[in-house]
Amino acid sequence: MKPAAFEYECPTDLKAALAFLDADTETRILAGGQSLVPMMNFRMATPERLIDINRLPDLDYVREEDGDIVIGALARHGDIKASELIAEHLPVVAEAYEWIAHAAVRNRGTLCGNLCHADPASEMPAVMQVLGARMVASRLSGSRQIAAEDFFLGTYETALEPDEMLTEVRIPKPEPNSSWGFEEVAMRKGDYAWCTVVVMLSVEDGKIRQPRIAVSGISDHAHRLGATEAGLEGRAPDTALLEELAQSAAQDADPIGTETANSEYRRDLLRVLMPRVLQAAIDRAGE
Amino acid sequence: MKKIAVSVTVNGRQREALIAPRMLLSDFVRQELELPGTHVGCEHGVCGSCNVIVDGKAVRSCLMFAVQAEGSQITTVEGFSADGELHPIQTAFWEEHGLQCGFCTPGMLASAKELLDANPDPTDDEIREAISGNLCRCTGYEFIINAIRSAAKTLRDTENKKTLQPA
Repeated sequence: MKPAAFEYECPTDLKAALAFLDADTETRILAGGQSLVPMMNFRMATPERLIDINRLPDLDYVREEDGDIVIGALARHGDIKASELIAEHLPVVAEAYEWIAHAAVRNRGTLCGNLCHADPASEMPAVMQVLGARMVASRLSGSRQIAAEDFFLGTYETALEPDEMLTEVRIPKPEPNSSWGFEEVAMRKGDYAWCTVVVMLSVEDGKIRQPRIAVSGISDHAHRLGATEAGLEGRAPDTALLEELAQSAAQDADPIGTETANSEYRRDLLRVLMPRVLQAAIDRAGE
Repeated sequence: MKKIAVSVTVNGRQREALIAPRMLLSDFVRQELELPGTHVGCEHGVCGSCNVIVDGKAVRSCLMFAVQAEGSQITTVEGFSADGELHPIQTAFWEEHGLQCGFCTPGMLASAKELLDANPDPTDDEIREAISGNLCRCTGYEFIINAIRSAAKTLRDTENKKTLQPA
């Protein structure tokens, strides 16, 4: 349970950090280390070189910019959870953090690191997709933005190229009339989800508008449920409709299974949690 | 691999060492600094036994490389007591039977101290949340919650006495 040897670099400016990625050596970025270090302790990850970004200046922020809430690469879960800006504009993120990890892990772990790790049972990849977040991937020659739904490709796999680093996440501020819901079941509070369902929607003139719904813990990466969204758009909120959509989403799912929560159980969780999370969002919209 | 010089303040004492980057902070305090009070349980961030306080925050020392602690202030369980006197949180664990085998206790103490430093009068729910990342296989947790509640009261009473004393 000891990590394999690696070279360690601790640059103090971003360009120097990015320059290290532009090489043949197998290199990983070390931010909070709360996912990468366990993987290294198990030797599931054996990078030749780690670039510790903890001493880079100006990456630890949660701020408002051009209508977005922008979260920097070194913003720790604990600080984001406690942020007034998040509480005001992104209550679904604040709620999700009630389910994410434990205090000591949140003290060091970063949102950007969590997203790059892309664990199939991690909550934030689903949350970022319903919020329409954009990932800012930086390399020496410049940066590009990747939509959250194009970012997660598979288990521990993202759209980042080897020479790119996720430097910030930009989350558009939701419309004032938009509402949200979040539900999860995990073995222990703070553990990875067996099933997370998260939703954003609004209700206008008694009709559901712009529903976005995503799940974690079900397939090899968090993803949106397009068929459920289509089934909700423009419909009046109605218990039978929610249950029917949950039933068919559960039928369509091909859930992953583990020894603690097998595939059939996760399918059942999806069927049970979905109407609950939708009803919570609809109720909130009426407040 | 190249060794790296690291300089940290542990329990108020400046310590320096030349170490491999792959050395975990938990192994560093136990082996290099010979402070075996920090316990290593799962070594992948699940059990919380190895929690120590780094710059005022509880962290899993098995999920941090010692080289990353350069320049930091670290408190391990050995730093809780001063001159052979137990810290009020330790006393409360003793009096309320907040430990049986004691393996999880150093980590529990770190989590409890972080909580009480920020929140001198926590509710039971807040105490449960604070230690939710620490596994204990003996106590069933209730006695630990009692201990932290009792320690909070002792610390508040001490603080009140200080404030009431004439300057």
